Amino acid sequence: MSRPDFWVIQTFNGLSYGALLFLLASGLSLIFGVMRIVNLAHGSYFMLGGYVGLTIALRSRSFVAALLGGAVAVALIGMGMERLFLRRLKGHTLGQVLMTVGFALIFQDLALLVWGGDPYSIPVPAALARSFTVSGMVFSGYRLFLIALAAAVAAGLWWLLDRTRVGALVRAAVDDAEMAQGVGINVPRASLGVFALGAALAALGGVAGGGFLGVYPGTDFEVLPYAFVVVIVGGLGSLPGAIVGSVLVGLLDNFGKALFPELSYFTLFAPMALILAVRPTGLFGRA
Amino acid sequence: MIRRRALLALGAVVLLALAGPLLPPYPLTLVTQALVVAILAMSLDVLLGYTGLPSLGHAAYWGVGAYAVALLATERGVGLAGCAVAGILLAAATAAVFGLVAIRAAGTYFLMITLALGMVVWGLAFRWVSLTKGDNGISGVPRPELFASPLPFFYFALAAAALAWIALGLLVASPFGLTLRGIRESESRMRSLGYNVWLHKYLAFVISGAAAGGGGVLWAYYNGFVSPTDVQLVTSVEALLMVALGGPGTLAGPVVGAGVIVFLKNFVSLYTKRWLLILGAVYIGVILFAPRGVVGALRGRARG
Amino acid sequence: MADDVLRLEGVAKHFGGLRAVDGVSLSVRAGERRALIGPNGAGKTTLFNLVAGTLPVTEGTIRLFGANVTGAPPHRRAALGLARTFQITNLFLGLTVLENCLLAVQALTPTRFSMLRPVGGYPALHDRARAILAAVGLMGVDGAVVANLSHGEQRQLEIALALAGKPRLVLLDEPTAGLSPAESRLMADLLAGLDPAITVLMIEHDMDIALALASRVTVLHQGRVIADGSRDEIRSDPQVREIYLGV
Repeated sequence: MSRPDFWVIQTFNGLSYGALLFLLASGLSLIFGVMRIVNLAHGSYFMLGGYVGLTIALRSRSFVAALLGGAVAVALIGMGMERLFLRRLKGHTLGQVLMTVGFALIFQDLALLVWGGDPYSIPVPAALARSFTVSGMVFSGYRLFLIALAAAVAAGLWWLLDRTRVGALVRAAVDDAEMAQGVGINVPRASLGVFALGAALAALGGVAGGGFLGVYPGTDFEVLPYAFVVVIVGGLGSLPGAIVGSVLVGLLDNFGKALFPELSYFTLFAPMALILAVRPTGLFGRA
Repeated sequence: MIRRRALLALGAVVLLALAGPLLPPYPLTLVTQALVVAILAMSLDVLLGYTGLPSLGHAAYWGVGAYAVALLATERGVGLAGCAVAGILLAAATAAVFGLVAIRAAGTYFLMITLALGMVVWGLAFRWVSLTKGDNGISGVPRPELFASPLPFFYFALAAAALAWIALGLLVASPFGLTLRGIRESESRMRSLGYNVWLHKYLAFVISGAAAGGGGVLWAYYNGFVSPTDVQLVTSVEALLMVALGGPGTLAGPVVGAGVIVFLKNFVSLYTKRWLLILGAVYIGVILFAPRGVVGALRGRARG
Repeated sequence: MADDVLRLEGVAKHFGGLRAVDGVSLSVRAGERRALIGPNGAGKTTLFNLVAGTLPVTEGTIRLFGANVTGAPPHRRAALGLARTFQITNLFLGLTVLENCLLAVQALTPTRFSMLRPVGGYPALHDRARAILAAVGLMGVDGAVVANLSHGEQRQLEIALALAGKPRLVLLDEPTAGLSPAESRLMADLLAGLDPAITVLMIEHDMDIALALASRVTVLHQGRVIADGSRDEIRSDPQVREIYLGV
């Protein structure tokens, strides 16, 4: 393959991976923004979304149902976690974070129990599985779908947060939860809603990723550090940060894997370290 | 108060030393394993319980120590002393580098960064196959002749754990240890008093990493086999649970926690494969109902 | 000029559009007892945070004992001889009173890096810590966990921590905040009895206490200095009286 072709294709691939990461990380960032906790079960949401989506896709033969079903199912799981467990430790952020670790372990084992240890691939509609050629380079249609999906979600999130009343309530809760409660905003309900949304986004990523990377045991912990690097680089609680972070990490990881396969996570570490050296709260982050 | 704790610890060591020859082989290996893992738990307590820095990547330094021994012993035939020094120094060096990135961050960011850094080490162990043999791991790590059989190795592990206990115990009881506890309670106050908080945190990070590396060195000899499993996220999580369960900031608690987790893990795996499920449930239970851990709760009650 | 312990020149702090401190210049001479007063939101605590180094300035320079400390971190300023108390009690709640004081005493000594001997093995440290506690009247409770102390005792400990390092300049942020009238009187006595060699800059809401303890007063309003003079000058300043009419 000629040099420029290599770069174009790798950039495209990196962007599509970044798209997947955006779905994953935007939820994480949102949850932190409102609740100030890092959900270590977020990778589990991604994985569970993929598995649930797999089952729905196989049973119903509908990819759309898989996407929606996965998102809704995991949103419910997330809401259960928040309402029944995390809320009991209100104010103890470290305790809450550690609790999410416990859930991550439980989810991992349950998934193994239900779906077994073999990897699966979510069947995708033929329309998306197509590839198309542009000036001699072959591009995967599914990857384009991922980019389009992420862009749509980003636009939707921006509209929701910036243009709707619900979004304004969420933003108020993010800025100053105490003040928001003081002016009558139901912060616990906002937290629950945001948690559900964050979980749904991660699950959506899991289903979408399932048609592309497959679903297998271990995705939860494999994908978690990527989500972390995205929000560390982009800054917790920031939507533009999540977008920029995902694109950056997607590109870096893709080029890293293509050029230095043995170094794997190392290609994440270096830029993360560099950015933190200059801005300890990430590119767009607040403390 | 220090004298009372020292006496209790001495009593425990003597008890174990006497019980050793009486234990059947399987419980003996479990106790040995608990002693080795206790070193990891204690090292994490210095960081988490005393300094207030929650690290979810501590298995990284444990693993660096273990891999150093595995590689040097199997490929270069280096003896115990050489391996131990190399393992601890390499673990300290890793912590020194990682600390530069991690210590800048506070609270939540610190947690995420240490997790990510731990994954970097895991990724290297997994993918740098030419060095680490990847998923296959490095087997056949030879024990030093003197401690080859189970009972002598048990005494070796007991001595090592006791040494770690004394060293770390002195550290946390010292003025430096008091400084760490002050940082845990209020960084801003420490700064206004004149402390360079970053520097103290960094030192704690490196020392804690070196101690974890020491534990890893012992682990390589105990297990005879080192693989990416030793540096995976679950291992760091187990270490954190040992500290949380036993009681953060007590040093004795994590030792108890290590014992509980090692026994639970081995016991549970006799009956079911669902160890992670149970570990997770125990985790959540401890956080909800015993936030100060076993030893922490006991000490709290004694203090009234 | 030469023995200015603290000198601020055109110091400003902007939070976005809000000018919390808006071009403040003042100097405090050695041995002075200066009160910083002004209504809520005048920028007093922000100014303290700028002087202490916990907030970076947007404009201006700060000189401590002649040295330019404008960009220096808090611990560097403490090493020069600056100490402060906090308006909202900022103590080591999980540690004992004695441990709190030991931390303050060892802060600027090499002992803080000692790792091989227990803290108990440093008698000089302990003696100094106990002396400080006795000076502020906290001797009976040195083994108590700070979280269990009364508010008044905690405020006393705040002062103790500030004095432990033998500072040359102490910033007291509302030392009588939340104290009962009786406790306030005790605090006032304590402050009146401070070593005259120590320079004191104090934020105080209670005008009576402020004017009783201070020889000079600086009045802050909306981030600016509107009056700066002796106790009597301030007492009779019409602008000051106008601002405080509502308070």
